[in-house]
Amino acid sequence: MKKSINLFEVSKLKMLALMFGGSVILFSCNNDDNNPVAVDEEEVITTMNVTLNSIGNDAVTLQSRDLDGDGPEAPVIMVMGELLANTTYAGSIELLNETETPAEDITAEIAEEDDEHQFFFATGEAITAVDYSDEDGDGNPLGLSFSLTTGDAGSGTLQITLRHEPKKPNDGSLSDAGGETDIAQSFTVPVSE
Amino acid sequence: MRFYLALLFVFITGSIASQECNNILLGEIVDFHDNSPLQNATVNITGKKIATKSNEAGKFRLENICNGVIELEVSHPECTSQFVTLTVDGDTYQKIRLEHHLEELEEVKVVGDAANTTKTGQEGRLNEEDLEKYSGSSLGDALKKITGVSSLNTGANIVKPVIQGLNGSRILVLNNNVRMQDMEWGDEHAPNVDINSNQRISVIKGAAALQYGGDAIGGVIILNPAPIARTDSLFGRTQVSLFSNGRGGSLTSALIKSYNSGLYIKAQGSFKKLGNLEAPDYLLSNTGVQEAGISINIGKRDFIQGWEGYYSYFDTDIGILRASHIGNVDDLIDAINSQQPNVVNPFSYDIVQPNQEVSHHLGKVNYYRRLEGLGKATVQYDFQSNRRFEYDVRVGDDADKPSLDLKLTTHTISADFQLDSRQDLDLKIGVMGRLQSNFANPDTGVRRLIPDYDKLDLGVFAVFEVNLGEDWTLEGGLRYDFNRMDAKKFYRTSRWEERGYNVDFSDIVIEDLGTQLLTNPVFDFNNISATAGFNYEFESNHNLKLNYTYAQRAPNPSELFSDGLHHSAARIELGDLRIKSEASSKFSLSYEKNTGNWGYTLAPYINSIADFIILEPNSVEFTIRGAFPVWAYRQTIAQLIGVDVSLFSNWTSKIRTDHKFSWVQGTDKSTDVPLINIPSANLVNSISYLNPKLKNLSISLESQYVFEQKRFPPNIRVFSPQQQQEVDLNINTPPSAYHLVSLDTSLKFSITSENDFALGLRLTNALNTNYREYLNRQRYFVDDQGRNISLRIIYNY
Repeated sequence: MKKSINLFEVSKLKMLALMFGGSVILFSCNNDDNNPVAVDEEEVITTMNVTLNSIGNDAVTLQSRDLDGDGPEAPVIMVMGELLANTTYAGSIELLNETETPAEDITAEIAEEDDEHQFFFATGEAITAVDYSDEDGDGNPLGLSFSLTTGDAGSGTLQITLRHEPKKPNDGSLSDAGGETDIAQSFTVPVSE
Repeated sequence: MRFYLALLFVFITGSIASQECNNILLGEIVDFHDNSPLQNATVNITGKKIATKSNEAGKFRLENICNGVIELEVSHPECTSQFVTLTVDGDTYQKIRLEHHLEELEEVKVVGDAANTTKTGQEGRLNEEDLEKYSGSSLGDALKKITGVSSLNTGANIVKPVIQGLNGSRILVLNNNVRMQDMEWGDEHAPNVDINSNQRISVIKGAAALQYGGDAIGGVIILNPAPIARTDSLFGRTQVSLFSNGRGGSLTSALIKSYNSGLYIKAQGSFKKLGNLEAPDYLLSNTGVQEAGISINIGKRDFIQGWEGYYSYFDTDIGILRASHIGNVDDLIDAINSQQPNVVNPFSYDIVQPNQEVSHHLGKVNYYRRLEGLGKATVQYDFQSNRRFEYDVRVGDDADKPSLDLKLTTHTISADFQLDSRQDLDLKIGVMGRLQSNFANPDTGVRRLIPDYDKLDLGVFAVFEVNLGEDWTLEGGLRYDFNRMDAKKFYRTSRWEERGYNVDFSDIVIEDLGTQLLTNPVFDFNNISATAGFNYEFESNHNLKLNYTYAQRAPNPSELFSDGLHHSAARIELGDLRIKSEASSKFSLSYEKNTGNWGYTLAPYINSIADFIILEPNSVEFTIRGAFPVWAYRQTIAQLIGVDVSLFSNWTSKIRTDHKFSWVQGTDKSTDVPLINIPSANLVNSISYLNPKLKNLSISLESQYVFEQKRFPPNIRVFSPQQQQEVDLNINTPPSAYHLVSLDTSLKFSITSENDFALGLRLTNALNTNYREYLNRQRYFVDDQGRNISLRIIYNY
């Protein structure tokens, strides 16, 4: 009887060893060397080009360009040309995604969903006014086209904000419009005689 | 062994044995655990009038037994009766093992409170009434009933438990003995658990329960289904809860079939649907929720051995407050200043973007076997698959595409052995291995916030408990964990350089794509955890517990790899590849008195965490969309000091009052600045009336006062492109204190069996108070939920 008990003990130990050992066996490596594919962001707006035209005068271009999107680098802002004092310009906005080659034109997408978007303009100093020259299907302003008026010579500021899903119609202020900001950039533009 | 073989042989040849009835059956009855003899056990031969009792050596003798198969019924006052079938062939000897510590076995424990998981740590649990009240709520809301537990919310439907000031990866959720792997690293990721699938819910405040994991610096939440009795029965339970706020409800139903043999099967399902919630003054647009869960348990539980298979599925679709989806820092400034939501839509049940859809599959099988005179060995395999879609407000063709699509798959195998053969010592040792892989679907068209990775975890532990006499219990444990994180992550080249990774980690770049780099970070972490404590019981109703736990936690994928704009939060989150494990040293004390008529618990603690990983706003980055606050992870020395106090008194047999207070203070010791997101002090007072003679009428009135958090890190100053100047971003300023009143009343009736039908009416935020909670991420945008009237109907059958 004594001996049979010992045998039973041995089987217990074996069983324990089996249970614990089993845990280790499962973990042989499953190394697949397939690298993940890079994501090229699709609907990102990297670039806003604003062209200001006045018949008989040189065109002025404003650009804000942020190629690394939400990366650490701030957007690069360029102002090419000088506005003339007391002049009205026809303005148009082009939006691009330059992370793709060729660059994707986002302008058309905004025009298509015009009821869900609106540009807002704030002016200062030598830039005196911006008026909408276009509207969405419901007759509310959109802002892809606008007219800009300068005052006396000096330095003018122009802030352009694109809101997605703003309240439409609104009183023209950002706080009343709400929605989300897709673009918010400001430019300082020289205005000469 | 030879004896059993002989028995087997006899069994085969038994049918041809002749009928001789002059044999002697000698027996010996012993305790299963330690082989000690059991005296006074009654032995009957089934169907015959022959009976005897065992003597002081546990021996018995029966004479004039016929050859053939007989059945013995062996019973003992302190044991369950056992039937033993044996074959008599001539004079026969039979050893019979009875389970003598039956009352200590958790498997068959059906009534009363389950024993605490740790003997020396601070613990709290929910009772069945709490679970009935919270059936249609989230797990996080229910857990707040426990002193010292609060929550980090994203609105009312995403509720992450916070234990003594800590949350997320510092809290381990154990669902039916399976450690949940459900992307707990995100602030807006709530545990994917159906509260209705578990009836035993307890919280261990701290890492003392080393058998479950070494890294639970905050604590462990243990969810278990109610044990199923070993009887032939079929019963079910259905609960319906209806809510005025959200204009919806939930339904949960469970059916349990059990057999005398120990076999059982349980099936449970829940469904919940709520529309937009309401603050006192306005609707909270897009805050609906839809949840569905099912679970199935099947198993057989015997004393010697048992097995269980478990499967659960949980699916949730949660709307994220529309007004909280903002564009940039100016929108955030506007929201904080206006104190009004910018979008309020009419009531709807529809859940639209922004929202999250999460599903979780959990399957497990386990097997245990008791080894005579030694203890109990258990092996378990579990599988989990967690899929998370997060949808943002997007335009054009991408409008219905998720912005985040992660699939986390986890396999775990574990084995442990519990040595409980000695009355005064309980030792448990175990090993664990886990493989996890995360897949971040690139089809979202949004850069991955969390990269693809494979993770390997290995753990080994030993925990023990010694009873020193009647009054003293010692407890201790040691655990080692190895974690290997092997990720494939894309970095924007500009970010890679800004973080200085090009200097420190140039060797892990495996592909250069121009503007992006593919890297292969592989990190190994070796973590040690240890615990020791004692429990001293004195003057019959006093109890003193002291526990010290040292625990290390490896950084989670978010802390290491986060990199990019979190659209739903309008913030840039940055992890750091240099982050190493954090290490917590926690002393906790618990002093309890309970006379039955009144009692209290005083539970102070101090938790010092070296290399504490913290996420806080520290700067602003500019993009074409404007400026965004940057939330970056860093490591520091943190200290949390706090106390949980609870007190109750039975004023009469029907009237009882409860008082709970919890307070915690968190400090960054390296800068002496308060830690971010530390819950404010909280005082709960309630009075309840219970009359068992009047249909178990229960009425309770509760007042909760939440203090203003005065200790918070300074706000940051940001340049506002809209205002063209630097302004304060009051991102850390906590809201004011608030006071909420709730009322609960319930009745229990008997229809076909005792108290099988219950009705309850509950009123939360009864005074429709406007308030905002510091630990709600939507506090910048809207008030918290207003009054809610809920009705619950419970039927047991």
